[in-house]
Amino acid sequence: MDAEGSVSDESGKRRRVHGMLKLYYGLNEEGKAREQPQSLDPCDINGPHFDPELYLNKLRRECSLSELMDHETCMVKQIRSLDSDMQTLVYENYNKFISATDTIRKMKNDFKKMEDEMDCLSANMAAITDFSASISGTLQDQHAQITKLSGVHTLLRKLQFLFELPARLNKCLELQAYAQAVSSHRRARCVLQQYSHLPSFKGIQDDCNAIMEKLALELRQKFRDGGTSARDLSECVELLLQLDEPAEELCDKFLSHARSRLELDLQGLEAEIKPYPPTPAPKEAATRKSSSSTAAGSPSDNSPKTLSLPSPTPNTDILEFIDRGCNEFISSLCLVITSYQELFIKHAQTGELASKNIPQMASGKLQAFVDDLVARYFSLVERRIQEEKGVGDNSLLVRALDRFHRRLQAVAKLLPGSAVPNRGTEIVIRAATERVKQYLSALQSFYMDSLTDVRQALAMPRLSVAGTGAHLGGPAAGRDAPNSLPELLSSLSASILNQLKSVLASVHLFTAKDITFSNKPYFKGEFCSQGVRENLVVNFIRFVCQSSRQFCESAGDKGGSTPPALLLLLSRLCLDFETSTISYILTLTDEQFLVQHQNPITPVTTLCGEAREAAQKLLNHYVKVQGLIISQMLRKSVETRDWVNTIEPRNVRAVMKRVVEDTTSIDVQVGLLYEEGVRKAHSSDSSKRTFSVYSSSRQQPRYAASYTPSAPMDTNLLSNIHKLFSERIDIFSSVEFNKVSVMTGIIKISLKTFLECVRLRTFGRYGLQQIQVDCHYLQMYLWRFVSDENLVHFLLDEIVGSSAHRCLDPSPMEQSVIEVICERG
Amino acid sequence: MEDDAPVIYGLEFQARALTAQTAETDAIRFLVGTQSLKFDNQIHIIDFDDENNIINKNVLLHQAGEIWHIAASPADKAVLTTCYNKTSDSRVVSCAAVWRMPCDWDSGSHESPDDSAHNPQTLELLCHLDDSAHRNTACVLWEPMGDGNRVISLADNHALLWDLQESSTQATVSSTATLEGKGQLKFTSGKWSPHHNCSQLATANDTTIRGWDLRTMSQIYCIENAHGQLVRDLDFNPNRQYYLASCGDDCKVKFWDVRNVQEPVKVLEDHSHWVWSVRYNHSHDQLVLTASSDSRLILSNMVSISSEPFGHLVDDEELSEGEDNHQEDKSKEPLKDSVVSTYEEHEDSVYAAEWSSADPWLFASLSYDGRLVINRVPRALKYRILL
Repeated sequence: MDAEGSVSDESGKRRRVHGMLKLYYGLNEEGKAREQPQSLDPCDINGPHFDPELYLNKLRRECSLSELMDHETCMVKQIRSLDSDMQTLVYENYNKFISATDTIRKMKNDFKKMEDEMDCLSANMAAITDFSASISGTLQDQHAQITKLSGVHTLLRKLQFLFELPARLNKCLELQAYAQAVSSHRRARCVLQQYSHLPSFKGIQDDCNAIMEKLALELRQKFRDGGTSARDLSECVELLLQLDEPAEELCDKFLSHARSRLELDLQGLEAEIKPYPPTPAPKEAATRKSSSSTAAGSPSDNSPKTLSLPSPTPNTDILEFIDRGCNEFISSLCLVITSYQELFIKHAQTGELASKNIPQMASGKLQAFVDDLVARYFSLVERRIQEEKGVGDNSLLVRALDRFHRRLQAVAKLLPGSAVPNRGTEIVIRAATERVKQYLSALQSFYMDSLTDVRQALAMPRLSVAGTGAHLGGPAAGRDAPNSLPELLSSLSASILNQLKSVLASVHLFTAKDITFSNKPYFKGEFCSQGVRENLVVNFIRFVCQSSRQFCESAGDKGGSTPPALLLLLSRLCLDFETSTISYILTLTDEQFLVQHQNPITPVTTLCGEAREAAQKLLNHYVKVQGLIISQMLRKSVETRDWVNTIEPRNVRAVMKRVVEDTTSIDVQVGLLYEEGVRKAHSSDSSKRTFSVYSSSRQQPRYAASYTPSAPMDTNLLSNIHKLFSERIDIFSSVEFNKVSVMTGIIKISLKTFLECVRLRTFGRYGLQQIQVDCHYLQMYLWRFVSDENLVHFLLDEIVGSSAHRCLDPSPMEQSVIEVICERG
Repeated sequence: MEDDAPVIYGLEFQARALTAQTAETDAIRFLVGTQSLKFDNQIHIIDFDDENNIINKNVLLHQAGEIWHIAASPADKAVLTTCYNKTSDSRVVSCAAVWRMPCDWDSGSHESPDDSAHNPQTLELLCHLDDSAHRNTACVLWEPMGDGNRVISLADNHALLWDLQESSTQATVSSTATLEGKGQLKFTSGKWSPHHNCSQLATANDTTIRGWDLRTMSQIYCIENAHGQLVRDLDFNPNRQYYLASCGDDCKVKFWDVRNVQEPVKVLEDHSHWVWSVRYNHSHDQLVLTASSDSRLILSNMVSISSEPFGHLVDDEELSEGEDNHQEDKSKEPLKDSVVSTYEEHEDSVYAAEWSSADPWLFASLSYDGRLVINRVPRALKYRILL
């Protein structure tokens, strides 16, 4: 431990010594030492504030004697080493000083020698200057002469060039080196022009002009021939321009030349559209096939597919057509535009021709040229697009339109101010809206087709029911027919939804990200909100509602032309639309198309209102139709009988049984699609009890009054008082969307008819009794269908009351007998 | 400007037949025929005192049977026809006859108004309007604005044109028209057109409306399926010769232009049950009265198909002279086709409604329970039409 401690001490000491030496020589070691705060401790032997007195006192105070001894020896050792270090340093420094002094002395000697040499040099330079001045003075005359001579030489060369020019030009002409000839002539032209007053120059000029005219003629001929390549052509034009040919004429010629070639392309395109009459058949078949494949489960699926197979001259599809148009017409148009611009516009801008307003003229011509040709091209494209009637594969059309639009961008780049791309976009927009319209009509016809299917499906079991119903006659017969009603409904609404979704998906292609025109503001805004949402989706929903409503109106007078079950089904469909389908479809559309609600759009609530209205109307109509069917039976049964001379009732009339049966089957039918609904509370066995109460306590006294001869007024009074307290009954009124309300409506209509018919007849004693029996029978069975059985009571009461009034011999049947007859029958 | 309250009059018996006394143009007078199988039927002559809002009644006995239809002569106040049911030997027969009211029925009531009901006078039978071949008369129509000598009766499927002679005591059939077709066809109702010199007749059977030329007794037009159900009543527009209103069991009132019978000109669907009667106002043909078995009477204002679709033309001139803009705007806004008012005073089916022949703003309606209600056109509308 001691050894280690001493070693570290040793190195520490040495460093300290070095530090002090450095301090002495004013070196600061990397500036580090200065930064370190100097120790202020007076006991630090190396610090600047070292106080030997304090140090000693401290040592004396703190250390033991032996330590002090150690300390002392250590200190002595240190002092000794410091002294020896100092001695070596001083010695080294002295040596260096001596050698430096020597060097300086040597340098002094060398400088003196150099000064002498420099003086010599400057004297020599002055002599040289003198000499050179004298030489140039002597040579000056000769130099001027030489310059003059070389000037004459060049002039002579030029003159020689001029004299040789006609010959040279002729030779160029022979070799067809037109470019060289033109450039030679251009060089000489000004000079000749300037000195044309001299006869010799004049002659040369005339010769040259004649030759150049010939050349120009030849060039023009070449230009006119047209068979030359584009590069030759442009070279020709360039040369002619340099020969001061009228630029306008050249433009026209150039363009007409280009036009003839582009026209060929257009004709080729037109030829593809031309075979109009024979193509549609296979075309339609093809599209039909694809459309039916998209319409899953569509009824038109079974259309004969053999039609699509034989296609002798398959028309090119629209994508090919557009491709061809782009590759042939548009690309050569672009070529023409670039070379034209190169020749007449950019080139002219740099040359001396710029002053003659040629660029403006030329670009004006180009504009007209392009507009004209593109207009023809567009009309062809539009014709082709219009042929695209089938709604099958939308992606083909979208891709074609995309390509069409994309390629027009090239033209737009070449001709910045042109209206061409805008008009192209307009065509795309028109095609898109047209397509949306086609989809709408396709959806509509799909809907009508599905309705026809539903009708057929409804009609088929109906026939069988009519067959079975004839000999079975039970309520079970009615069950057969409507069994499929909920299935039909769900399949109908599902297929509508699917179809709509697939159409939306097809239309969505128009706004796909990778389609160039989807960035246009139209496709971002109006197409989504107006085109798709309003014109397609909203219009379709409206169409569904309207066509449903038409079933009420057109069939209103004829009654049976629309099967009642269809009315019921449609009513439920519209109601479903109102509750869920519409909002679902619209949300789907809004999400898919990111419809921005800037334009006024039809809100969901309006559509729902319309759907609900349609549903209400259909249901009301259903009630009316069913009510009328039963009414008709009742009316015929009342009108065709001789009630005065009828026999004593033994049975309930068959027609009443039929009425109850029909009502039951209607009840089943409605129950399949509509919920039960609320009815006024009545106990489960109320049929019996209530009826007995009704007949004994209410009906009987009224009879008593009615056939007491002394008091004819009482009847009126009684029934009037009764009516005062009962609510007015609206017979053909709106019903609610539930089974009970529907049934109540039907029964109301039937019984009211019964009442009115009874009032028009006159009854004998047994006629009245028969009515009593019938009414009791109806009462037994009808109460369960209605929301408020008092309604049935009241109407039947009225019927019996009215027939009692209309009875010549009103003696009613015993209640117990009625009950027996009814229970038996 | 409160409208006058309706005046209600109760009959003891049930009743279906109502008519205005057509020849009477000074007093407001209606005739009601009762239906009773057990008692002597009556004809109530209802006089309405417009100023005091009081009803005066007189009762005449109609002992022949219960009255299904009643019509008053346009020329002679005292003459009327009824269609009635006669029951004998448990058989019910429908007949028609021309009657004369006793000349002093009016004075009688003045002397002893209280017991006039107890001692009613009897109608004097002038002649029967049926023979053995033609029974079951549904209704009898007087020649409109005629001299009271020609009537048409509709019996089963025959339309009979009668000439009344010797002050209506003798009736002879001058010509007949017969409806032919499958099944048992039966006229339910008809109307004699006041236009074309009274040479046209319109009849209803089942759902069909037919027009007849009385000179040749041949059919001139036919509206098949005019209504979905039975057609109950018809009326001619008094001012537009080709316009015809019909009503029926499909709860609708339809307006027809008989020159184009494919489509009705207008359809009203305000009633909630069968419509039994439709009547044009005699002077202002935009006012149409309909009675229905939903116990309601509805007064509609059918401006668009009336003879004055734009209101009084004088209006604008008068107003443009000095009235302020506000008034002008109000008057220029045309009246729309609308229901003017629904009358709910009846508790039972309303089978008949008639305009008064004396006061064009007044009408009566009759419900099966024997309640006769007299109402007026709302004043606001009346002034709108007049001014």
